[in-house]
Amino acid sequence: MLEEKFFIRLSALFTYSLIAVLAFIIIVIFYKGFAALNWDMVFKTPRGGYYYGGEGGVLNAITGSLYISIGATLIAVLIGMPAALYLNVQLIRYRRTQNTIRYFLDALWGIPSIVYGAFGFTLMLFFGMNASLLAGIITVALLISPIMVRTFDEVLCTIPKGMHEASLALGSTRTETAFRIMFKQGFPGFITAVLLSFGRGIGDAASVLFTAGYTDNIPVTLDEPAATLPLAIFFQLGSPIPEVRDRAFAASIILTIIILFISIGARLLSKRYSKTNLK
Amino acid sequence: MQLRRKIIDKLNGFWMITTLITILVLPLVICLGLYIKAAPIFEQHSFLELVFSSKWEPSRGSFGFWPFIAGSLYVTLLSFLFTAPVCLLAALYLTQFAPRALIRIMHPVIDVLAGLPSVIYGVWGILVIVPFVSAISVPLSDSPSSGYSVLAGGIVLAVMVIPYTLNMLIEVFNTVPNGLKEASLSLGATMWESVKHVVIRGNYPGIISAYGLGIAKAFGETIAVMMVVGNVVKASGNPFNAAYPLPALIANNYGEMLSIPMYDSALMFAAFLLLIIILVINLFFRLLIHKTKRL
Repeated sequence: MLEEKFFIRLSALFTYSLIAVLAFIIIVIFYKGFAALNWDMVFKTPRGGYYYGGEGGVLNAITGSLYISIGATLIAVLIGMPAALYLNVQLIRYRRTQNTIRYFLDALWGIPSIVYGAFGFTLMLFFGMNASLLAGIITVALLISPIMVRTFDEVLCTIPKGMHEASLALGSTRTETAFRIMFKQGFPGFITAVLLSFGRGIGDAASVLFTAGYTDNIPVTLDEPAATLPLAIFFQLGSPIPEVRDRAFAASIILTIIILFISIGARLLSKRYSKTNLK
Repeated sequence: MQLRRKIIDKLNGFWMITTLITILVLPLVICLGLYIKAAPIFEQHSFLELVFSSKWEPSRGSFGFWPFIAGSLYVTLLSFLFTAPVCLLAALYLTQFAPRALIRIMHPVIDVLAGLPSVIYGVWGILVIVPFVSAISVPLSDSPSSGYSVLAGGIVLAVMVIPYTLNMLIEVFNTVPNGLKEASLSLGATMWESVKHVVIRGNYPGIISAYGLGIAKAFGETIAVMMVVGNVVKASGNPFNAAYPLPALIANNYGEMLSIPMYDSALMFAAFLLLIIILVINLFFRLLIHKTKRL
């Protein structure tokens, strides 16, 4: 009896402490960065002497990050969405194959981003490119495609089989079934998949470290290097000057807010769209 | 009209299967790409020599990866020690005992913890964990530490891996049929006894897999660990000392990689090694999960 009480209390304690840890992290980040956070941070690129405490902001990194993750998400949608639909429409009769493919996708999900970064770097050398927006986009797209497929697939495989069969019985081709029925029914999952991949792409530093480079300007063409928010935080934190370090903390607030918006948005949107679904 | 629909169907099926195959061969292509880049170093040193030698002098052409591998293993082991009990008990609580309201709050909490970028964990580690480790090192260790240490890396890594492992454990425990637990309860066992003997014992493979995948995830984590672990090439057993994990080695040295001969293929070998280790762990434990799921 004593054992029972002890373990239940302990497990409750651990569970509540997770909430506390999350609150702790967010409070520390906001508390530390708030002093240096102002509109200049968000709307200005670094000016001369920025890295010695001069004027400017991290607009270059914010736009760079957005460009890279939006580009990468678009590519990942083009690769991942049809792959997930194929897995659930064309392969629906082959349970074995489906499971094997899911197994490999799951394993792919575990590859760390630094490996993708190193691979992106070898690709870059192979094609004779320099560190650029394009190389960053391709590397991040490779990183998030498995996530996109698996998240979307997770929702698609809960759609009742009868819906699929009814569509085929009415004479639609498999393509029409895939895009008009399965995609529509799985739309909330699709939104979650897109936002999840986008969040992963915008927060990842190790994959763009080699491939996207770093610059103080906002990139205009695909072959220019691009700064990213996580790397901006990382590099500024390495500076010995306190003002620059404070700005790293302020930039962390910006990144945290973006990630929080994505997480909450994914929840709300997927709830909103699943209301119109047939059950 | 019919013909057009059929043609679209054929073209589209072709596009869809191409994308699926592209994703599935991706790990093979990555392996191959990294292996080709790492090949020059295999011509001069044997695989075992590279992995187990601890002589690291790139400018003289000796590349021993042991200090880095040991550093990675040490940090990962520490983080595992922290995550294992927390995740197991929290997953049990959430699936067996927790009130509904708490479960509703915990889902977004776990999601956000899993979604926070690693650089944010790194910043938090520098602000909180590093000073904390430095403070406790004074009474606990004979040499005061700066705080940038294996222990700090382990703690930060643990917080990062918890949501990942916890999610998998919750999934595992949710698959336990209610009938089994009810049978145990009806035989007079208390709730905790049923949980211990039915939920935990029946799910050994699932629990071990979740832990294994958590370890693989911790092993490959780069930026957050690199920010708090100190990055000093020296293998020592003291958790208050700095270490230099394998991913940090790759990330820190890409700049000078092309200026020293063989250095680039040495780093690509490190990435290759990391990929192989993590892929093998993943394939093995995922297989275990997939096998148990089908039962």
